[in-house]
Amino acid sequence: MKVGSQYESLRITGGTLFDGAGTETDNTGLLVKEGKIVAMGADALNANADQQYDASGCVIAPGFIDLCCNLREPGNGQKGNIASETLAAAHGGFTTVCASPETSPVNDSSAVTHLIRDGASLRGAVRVLPVGAITRGLEGELLSDLAGLKNAGCVAVGNGSRGVKNARILRRCMAYAQTFGLTVMFSPENQALAADGYAHDGQVTTRLGLLGIPEVAETAAVMEMLLLAEETGVKLHLSQLSSGRSVEMVAQARQRGVQVTADVAVHQLCFTEEALAGFDSRYHVRPPLRSEADRQALVAGVQAGVIDAIVSQHQPHDTAAKQAPLPATEPGLSSIESVLSLGLELVKSGELSRQRLLTALTLGPGRIVGLSPEIACGADADLCIFNPSASWQPCEQTLVSTGKHAPLVGRELTGKVELTLVAGRPVWVANH
Amino acid sequence: MTAIDPSPNHLQLTRGGQLRHFLTLDGLNRELLTDILDTADSFIEVGERSIKKVPLLRGRTVVNLFFESSTRTRSTFELAAKRLSADVLNLDISTSATSKGESLSDTLLNLEAMASDMFVVRHSQSGAPHFIAESVTPGVAIINAGDGRHAHPTQAMLDMLTIRQHKGAFAGLKVAIVGDILHSRVARSQIRALNELGAEEVRVIAPGTLLPRDVEDLGCTVEYDMARGMKDLDVVIMLRLQKERMEGALLPSEREFYRLYGLNQDKLALAKPDCIVMHPGPINRGVEIESAVADGPQSVILNQVTNGIAIRMAVMSMAMGGQMAERQQKQLEREGGRA
Repeated sequence: MKVGSQYESLRITGGTLFDGAGTETDNTGLLVKEGKIVAMGADALNANADQQYDASGCVIAPGFIDLCCNLREPGNGQKGNIASETLAAAHGGFTTVCASPETSPVNDSSAVTHLIRDGASLRGAVRVLPVGAITRGLEGELLSDLAGLKNAGCVAVGNGSRGVKNARILRRCMAYAQTFGLTVMFSPENQALAADGYAHDGQVTTRLGLLGIPEVAETAAVMEMLLLAEETGVKLHLSQLSSGRSVEMVAQARQRGVQVTADVAVHQLCFTEEALAGFDSRYHVRPPLRSEADRQALVAGVQAGVIDAIVSQHQPHDTAAKQAPLPATEPGLSSIESVLSLGLELVKSGELSRQRLLTALTLGPGRIVGLSPEIACGADADLCIFNPSASWQPCEQTLVSTGKHAPLVGRELTGKVELTLVAGRPVWVANH
Repeated sequence: MTAIDPSPNHLQLTRGGQLRHFLTLDGLNRELLTDILDTADSFIEVGERSIKKVPLLRGRTVVNLFFESSTRTRSTFELAAKRLSADVLNLDISTSATSKGESLSDTLLNLEAMASDMFVVRHSQSGAPHFIAESVTPGVAIINAGDGRHAHPTQAMLDMLTIRQHKGAFAGLKVAIVGDILHSRVARSQIRALNELGAEEVRVIAPGTLLPRDVEDLGCTVEYDMARGMKDLDVVIMLRLQKERMEGALLPSEREFYRLYGLNQDKLALAKPDCIVMHPGPINRGVEIESAVADGPQSVILNQVTNGIAIRMAVMSMAMGGQMAERQQKQLEREGGRA
């Protein structure tokens, strides 16, 4: 099978089925026709099929869903575009990505939303769900036309990685979004406390003389957002938590009935502040990588289901953006192609179950944007077939993204995506 | 699992353990630091000759790249390079190419293309010398002349030389560093050097706003009260306080700082009678130190400046030695590869 291969019907045999809800069973046959899963088990085996795919040794999961991906289009073509970054997503096993509003111009109007959706339908390898900017230009001061954004197809609204000016504006943003049943996505960071920092205020910043972002810059913002969400009744999604205490606060808020969900970027689960010890600007990310205790609490949060989703927080850059002394570099990793492999490292070490990892890449994020990914008759054939024990090496040649600053470049990683189908269409086929 | 360690880093040393860049004191052991001090000792004699030159860097080009202004550090580096017979180029980058929009990498690549052998770099951003050594011009020896809040390793080593001259050894010494630890690259390097060389106790004396988080992890104790902190001291190092620290609510006023943390004769009397007073300069008389103390018999501030030349000669000659050894090694490997 090749990317873009046409077929009447495709039969997938062998391997293990992960149904999205957390159970794994042997694949007894799966038939895909006209973009849908049309038969399973004996029915699939007995039907005629002009294409066969042997998934022996592989896991067949619903295609992954990413709540935070920067496609860099429109406006930042030197860093990436819809074609390059959705292909990278397909390489990572993703079939749906939420496009961050941090584009140029910012996605704060229905015109930009349409531009992104049109670009995605013409050049996108996977499904693209735009997230709208809750404030105009992401400046954090004036409301965007939220009803217009919703009608144009935004699945949620947020302020990208930027904060809003003050608590009063935040409260109004939430109340207005709640009017239209829109989910708000915020990266919690108190800007006054974060100030000019760019690394976790802790052992490494103290040793290296880097400017720190204290943990309280996040926890103070989380607390404020939880209280305001509770008051306004908005559906709040906290994006990219970095601190263990935030996980505790989310769990408590949920217990008292606040409608809150949360995600974590995959690099937060695998790396800590120590990644910056050699001034390695690749690991300059925002929010910053924090302590080992934070990392463990975040992984435990995913395992316990307090954190609903693992995201890539994919931020492709041109090389110049990372070619400078660490404080002068732009934050972000090019990570969407490595999410599965990094997640499987946690499975290997026993910190995270494979079920929880896959749920946090499928059903967890799906629910937040109104999708219910599953492998069942009648469901869309959005599938990710990966070999959990095959290995690959992220490097200039293997990475599809324009951004080559992926984590662990040159290392051998296990977990290789063999085939990604979007509505039955092969968008990534590993070559052997 | 523990977190994945993405970048094992052995940037400063050759495979044989020789110095090839001098970026930070982290990762350098006591033996190497002592070697630097001993080498510097041998260069002190050169400064006392009528012809103050040795030919160790003859034919080599040293570029002083100061992205941040400096008088003392730059002139001592220049003198050190000249006494080693190097050709020296001084570039004040804060007013040249980078202000025309050229990136740091491009500026350095151009200088490398002029066959430079060594860059002495001062930069306002922590890690800039690491970046240059690792990603831009790995074939040029990089000497850190102060980067952001990170490190000022030659300053710390000249301070160690001064301490050794006056105290003989480091074992049993109680040393305090007073003032703005948070913003100080000098303090970070000094704490590291004193710990590695075996000082008994390193104290930092400062208000909470001028201390980095978990500063104890660097290997020091914290004292807020200067009178208590001065007890039993063998060495007191005062740090410069920048005027802009009054902004942003780090300190209320220079007057209150001087009253609490300024070194005057009364406070100095609380230390051991032979306690020496040090300061990396430039000093703010009446802000962190009283004139009578700065110019008094226990002050060794001008010795520090003299020692600065010897230390810089030592570090430059050692790093050039390591860099040359590595070039030869690579040449041999290339020839081996051809044969």
